Amino acid sequence: MSYLDKAALKVVGTRPIRPDGVDKVIGRASFGADYTMPGMLWAKVKRSPHAHARILKIDTSKAEKLKGVLAVVTAADFPNIANEEAFVGEGPMNFRDLSRNCMARDKALYDGHAVAAVAATTAAIAEEACELIDVQYEVLPHVIDVEEAMAPDAPVLHDDMFTAGVEPKPTKASNVAKKITFTKGDIAKGFAEAEVVIERKYSTKPVHQAYIEPHACVVAVAPDGQTTIWSSSQGQFMVRAYCAKLLGVDMADIRAVPAEIGGGFGGKTLVYLEPVAMALSKKTGRPVKLVMSREEVFRGTGPAAGGTIEVKIGAKRSGRITAAELVLKYQAGAFAGSPVGPGCMCAFAMYDLDHVHITGYDVVSNRPKVAAYRAPGAPNSSFGVESCLDELARELGIDPLALREMNAARDGTKTPYGPTLTNVGYLQTIEAAKNHPNFKIPLGPNQGRGIASGFWFNIGGESSASVHVNEDGTVAVVEGNPDIGGSRASMAMMAAEVLGIPYEKVRPVVGDTASIGFTFLTGGSRVTFATGMAVTQAAEKVVEQLKSRAAAIWDISPEAVEWKDGKAFPAGANAGSFEPLSLADIAVKSGRTGGPITAEVSINAQGAGPGFATHICDVEVDRETGFVKILRYTAVQDVGRAIHPSYVEGQIQGGVTQGVGWALNEEYIYDKDGRLENAGFLDYRIPVASDMPMIDAVMVEVPNPRHPFGARGVGEVPIVPPMAAVANAIADAIGARMRDLPMSPPKVRAVLDELDPPRMAAE
Amino acid sequence: MSKHHVTTTINGEPMEYLCEAQQTMLDVLRDELGLTGSKEGCSSGDCGACTIICDGNIVCSCLMLGVEAEGREITTIEGIARGDELHPVQQKFLEHAALQCGFCTPGLIVAAKALLDTTLNPTEEEARYWLAGNLCRCTGYDKILRAVMDAASVLRAEAGR
Amino acid sequence: MPRVNYEAPTSVDDAVKVLAGAGGLAKVLSGGTDLLVQLRSGRLKPETIVDIKRIPGMIGIREEGDFFLIGAATPGVMLSSHAALEHAWPGIVEGADLIGSTQVQGRCSLAGNLCNASPAADSVPAVIAARTTVVIVGPNGKREAPAESICTGPGRTSLAKGEFIVEFKIPKPKPHQCDSYLRFIPRTEMDIAVVGCGTNVTLDANGVCTDARVVLGAVAPTTVIVEDAAKALIGHKLDEATLAALDKAAQAACKPISDKRGTIEYRTKVAGVLARRTAAIAFERAAQR
Repeated sequence: MSYLDKAALKVVGTRPIRPDGVDKVIGRASFGADYTMPGMLWAKVKRSPHAHARILKIDTSKAEKLKGVLAVVTAADFPNIANEEAFVGEGPMNFRDLSRNCMARDKALYDGHAVAAVAATTAAIAEEACELIDVQYEVLPHVIDVEEAMAPDAPVLHDDMFTAGVEPKPTKASNVAKKITFTKGDIAKGFAEAEVVIERKYSTKPVHQAYIEPHACVVAVAPDGQTTIWSSSQGQFMVRAYCAKLLGVDMADIRAVPAEIGGGFGGKTLVYLEPVAMALSKKTGRPVKLVMSREEVFRGTGPAAGGTIEVKIGAKRSGRITAAELVLKYQAGAFAGSPVGPGCMCAFAMYDLDHVHITGYDVVSNRPKVAAYRAPGAPNSSFGVESCLDELARELGIDPLALREMNAARDGTKTPYGPTLTNVGYLQTIEAAKNHPNFKIPLGPNQGRGIASGFWFNIGGESSASVHVNEDGTVAVVEGNPDIGGSRASMAMMAAEVLGIPYEKVRPVVGDTASIGFTFLTGGSRVTFATGMAVTQAAEKVVEQLKSRAAAIWDISPEAVEWKDGKAFPAGANAGSFEPLSLADIAVKSGRTGGPITAEVSINAQGAGPGFATHICDVEVDRETGFVKILRYTAVQDVGRAIHPSYVEGQIQGGVTQGVGWALNEEYIYDKDGRLENAGFLDYRIPVASDMPMIDAVMVEVPNPRHPFGARGVGEVPIVPPMAAVANAIADAIGARMRDLPMSPPKVRAVLDELDPPRMAAE
Repeated sequence: MSKHHVTTTINGEPMEYLCEAQQTMLDVLRDELGLTGSKEGCSSGDCGACTIICDGNIVCSCLMLGVEAEGREITTIEGIARGDELHPVQQKFLEHAALQCGFCTPGLIVAAKALLDTTLNPTEEEARYWLAGNLCRCTGYDKILRAVMDAASVLRAEAGR
Repeated sequence: MPRVNYEAPTSVDDAVKVLAGAGGLAKVLSGGTDLLVQLRSGRLKPETIVDIKRIPGMIGIREEGDFFLIGAATPGVMLSSHAALEHAWPGIVEGADLIGSTQVQGRCSLAGNLCNASPAADSVPAVIAARTTVVIVGPNGKREAPAESICTGPGRTSLAKGEFIVEFKIPKPKPHQCDSYLRFIPRTEMDIAVVGCGTNVTLDANGVCTDARVVLGAVAPTTVIVEDAAKALIGHKLDEATLAALDKAAQAACKPISDKRGTIEYRTKVAGVLARRTAAIAFERAAQR
């Protein structure tokens, strides 16, 4: 069924209180670190202080002798996993790499790489024991920067890494895991047609997802091997799959229970702690709790890839783009698998271009293995492309929105990476931006306005949901996606809408791996789309059952029953004359009409509508200090249909703020030995409340016809435009271009000094 | 090193516990007293997820020792509600969807409640600076500020102003 | 966190005894906002920590004659809510108020900020600019010392074993005397100063500066009293030429390092900017007193 007629909706589109809300405002919700078990041990991970080192020997004897220590594990306690690609988390992964990321084998590949772990009776003893573990290293030359890692004489991390995608296959190992290309049309012809060509190089720094909750888990392995894992992650099924593989046990022997998750943004789509705690629990026979410190989160997990973006755009003087070329070099961290692929694909997806050539490199270096972060890959390439377009607009004297409008992708535009776009809401976002009052507010001195757009595919995928009618007519919904930002509310709303009952009568829960069918993790902006589709279909199945139960009570044919406003009605005069039966009326009699009323649906959802956004950012620059203040921020986005508009706005506002942090101050700072210098919230500077203005989230609704309510993913595209929007605003304010992130005060001041050397220095 | 015996008041109730000197107030609340509503996000006073009220001032419970609570009055997130009724700050956080993951929420609610205990007429800017020590990565702070300002108006109405 | 001993003496004498008698490292705990972070990170491994907050007089502000007397462990929140102090020395209060978050303000103290001996300490420049002295007790009794004599380098102080600060003695302002403090950080809050500047000026009835102290933070191993900056101000009104001379003097006094919080070049430039900006504020305030 379809529910695209907005006027007919009673629940979807309203703003009720989320069902899990009260627990979260009174401190009762249980996150990963809030679980305890009788007899539980505390574990701690020992980490490499070296960026790149061969592990010669690990002596655990002193640690094992410390009173209160029950077990120590190293890589020797884990199966040596074969090189095998994993389709478990978000983005490319390899089981061997993941195993070695959880516990270094032979080599430590970055400062913070786990080399051993201890389980003890208290956290303080576990910590003390870690210091007693003696690891002998042979320190190797290291490399941090992406272009230095690509140099022919760079220290090589993996001697079996030969660049894929290059013919003939290289015979010398390198840090370039793969090269990919996308071609559309004839790039040489496109540049030949151009009247103006802009060629620029941009760069972004790796940034951390910086969820406030550090990774945490409790794992209990029983003597027969049956295991329960409580952990905060973006997917309990992901946790189960990785732990089963990495420890060599059957999936059936693991039950993964999703704790409440304190933020993830892609960073909790893989495991770090669970396999380690599981090995320790197995060895001790006791439940084991393992929680990261903030420093460990920065040194050992995430971040998002950084890299370089070389953009060359040719255009007619009219502004029509004739050719676009892009070279991306993305950091993967210590193991292959940066999001350079989606970076390549999203870069020009917003535009209807005839001649495009894109090259991407996936490059390893001595940094933590990158994890997904909100629209992985797209923010980097879009920072380059959307900045370059702004430079083009200035060169041509064309309004930046008009330039985008002129070149915008529409329904039927063939993307450079292959598929043809349908159901495109990009132009609608440009139109809404143009008409927004914030676009017309006059600017003062040292103030500037920047425009940038963004694209993200959004995904569907495997989802399961069940809907159970309780004996009193209330309803339980069970789904398989950890609720990272209010998705329980949207699930309950869609079920309530289909069933025709009040939202409060539907209570959703997130099931563990044994209580609901397989569900792909919370990521790719897929939950409201795909799992929402499963919930809707399950609720529709329940409605069918309710109609047949009513038919049984009335002794008429089920086809003669109509379901409306939560009640069964005879479909017309011919069906007979009966008093309507409410859901509760039918539920209470369900034992006598065929038993429990329940339905479970498992689907592989297709047709996630693409996400488009256009942002307007106003800044003011302090020319003396280089400080950039965000004055106003307006984010226009095609959201398909907002199921719960408040949480849609929240996704937009949160994504924008993360993007502003990436633009202005967030970066990893390494010393000359490759050690991370800012592994804490003091010097890894995410935006604080006083840094931001209110953020105008403008929802454009171009319903996605492939979803029963028209929803499309909304969580990721909002982080795509901000870096370029801020850079373009700074350029507008000071007349100079910042091409390297972060645009921190010292860098802005340096650019200003180049523009206008200070008199003081000239004296 | 023997444990210290501490007598204190937590959420209006007299409380006694034993703790080691190096245990922070946050460790004591979470691991000894089962009050896990206060969250550990950084243990260096930079994120505010462990915010509690101690003798009327908000502090990071990760930057206070458990032994220092002797004779003090402590309020945690578990003590913010008015009996079985939510405090207006809690209610407004729900109505404005001012939480996404909910992890920073306890600290923010304690800090916002303390702000409104001090002033019923904060400007948005004052509220932003007051809450600058409470990091939130999900919301961009917009809805949090709206919730706090709205809660202030409820409290003003309650106070007859 | 590693295991440690805790003592909470209730008299100055007992505190001195514990501090002087400790076998290993003994650290004073007032607000703990630096100490506990250093304990957890392993940067400091004290055997004993001595909580001085149970000693009478350690928390509180009183006025005695020509001085404000501030107990060593008085939390920031008490400074910013003390109307007379705020009126007299808005710069000192501004500096203290910039230490950490609202939560940190509930605990952090002037003594802790000074004895942590970071050149970037926010409360220190304005305190020194006001010619504050600190009262120190120790095994040899009580002594007074200028605030600028305490920090001798990053993490190092001139306090002898067993000594600790009990009180800050801040002279009250003369007519037409006032101060200001500004720091620069990349965000609006929650950062360590890249540069800090406290400026304290006394004017005559015509707005001409008769006395001044300009103190820079985070541009050298300790805070720096910039004598040439004071000279640039004394005898002048705050015109363009004076501001330019001040800027130049402030920049010349910088001997910063490049680190994760700022480069040498940037810190130097910003020191000049903040010297000018704090002078402008201090002059305006002083003119009104």
